[in-house]
Amino acid sequence: MELFDLYLALFLAFLKIGLFGFGGGYAMLPLIQHEVVETHNWITVADFTDIVAISQTTPGPIAFNSATYIGYTAVTEMGFSSFQGIFGSAVCTLAVSIPSLIIMTVVCAFFARLNNNPWMRASLSILKPAVIGLIAAAALMLVNRYNFVDYKSWIIFGAVFLASYKKVDPILLILFSGVAGLILY
Amino acid sequence: MVPLIRNEVVEKKKWLDGDAFMDMLAVAQSMPGPIALNTSLFVGNKRLGFKGSLFSGLGIILPSFLVILLIAFFFTQFKDNPIVERIFKGIRPAVVALIAAPLLGLGKSAGITAKKLWIPLAVALAVWLAGLSPVYVVLAAILLGIVQFAYLKRKMKG
Repeated sequence: MELFDLYLALFLAFLKIGLFGFGGGYAMLPLIQHEVVETHNWITVADFTDIVAISQTTPGPIAFNSATYIGYTAVTEMGFSSFQGIFGSAVCTLAVSIPSLIIMTVVCAFFARLNNNPWMRASLSILKPAVIGLIAAAALMLVNRYNFVDYKSWIIFGAVFLASYKKVDPILLILFSGVAGLILY
Repeated sequence: MVPLIRNEVVEKKKWLDGDAFMDMLAVAQSMPGPIALNTSLFVGNKRLGFKGSLFSGLGIILPSFLVILLIAFFFTQFKDNPIVERIFKGIRPAVVALIAAPLLGLGKSAGITAKKLWIPLAVALAVWLAGLSPVYVVLAAILLGIVQFAYLKRKMKG
């Protein structure tokens, strides 16, 4: 029964993430972190940052990657088997996709009326700039003593920030910072 | 991922023409959920209805599901290894920088002027400092946009 409750909680949390995760990608991170780190304590904030790092270096949407990863780790860390963990991954991935499936089915049916609809545009007029704020919050929520252990963390942050601003490939930057971590620590 | 989808759907398979794809993308991006998923669901639905979207959705989910499952399986065993820990000590601040660096460009392309700057600022502070759930932020933003439009419409009439 305990396992079923965990599956149910994971399902509901990721259903919420799929339903309210506007803006895609990084804009969904604060909601994911709010649910899985702060509300349910399924993983630590350092683990969450590691998932984001893995997402940045592997293909596929970040929401799926975290759903799959958290589904597995939340179940196995509670002492359940790897097989039950895989089922947890499937539950979370399915849950995060269901709202999109329903909404896009409705959107396709009414596409002619939704496309360029003034009410639709109105509902997005504040939401669009708000999404930028959500991405800023995603970055700020990860600035803590687990991810920034000393001044060297800030040097890596500054260097990667500038390089990324100059459009250096993110995968390359993750690789470099991993090597930097190996040398510096 | 969007350029990749466009190349497959518009250039190679010719399921949609370029304009139809752009219209569809605009709507898919405005809806909740991963943009790549929404886009693929739309294309699947256009071709084969609901059944089509089930298959295109499965297609977009499966690769990352398998890759991340593999990583989760192995990473949980190596996570506490001291070398892995050192590598990730270097990577974690880089992750934050990679999220923060595109903000300026994104703000510009979202059309954020000095007059609108309060919106992202208020959102960031509410979620980061006050710990407000983004669910409420999203609901409030949608409501505010609709109320503002309704108000302007009434004022134009009167």
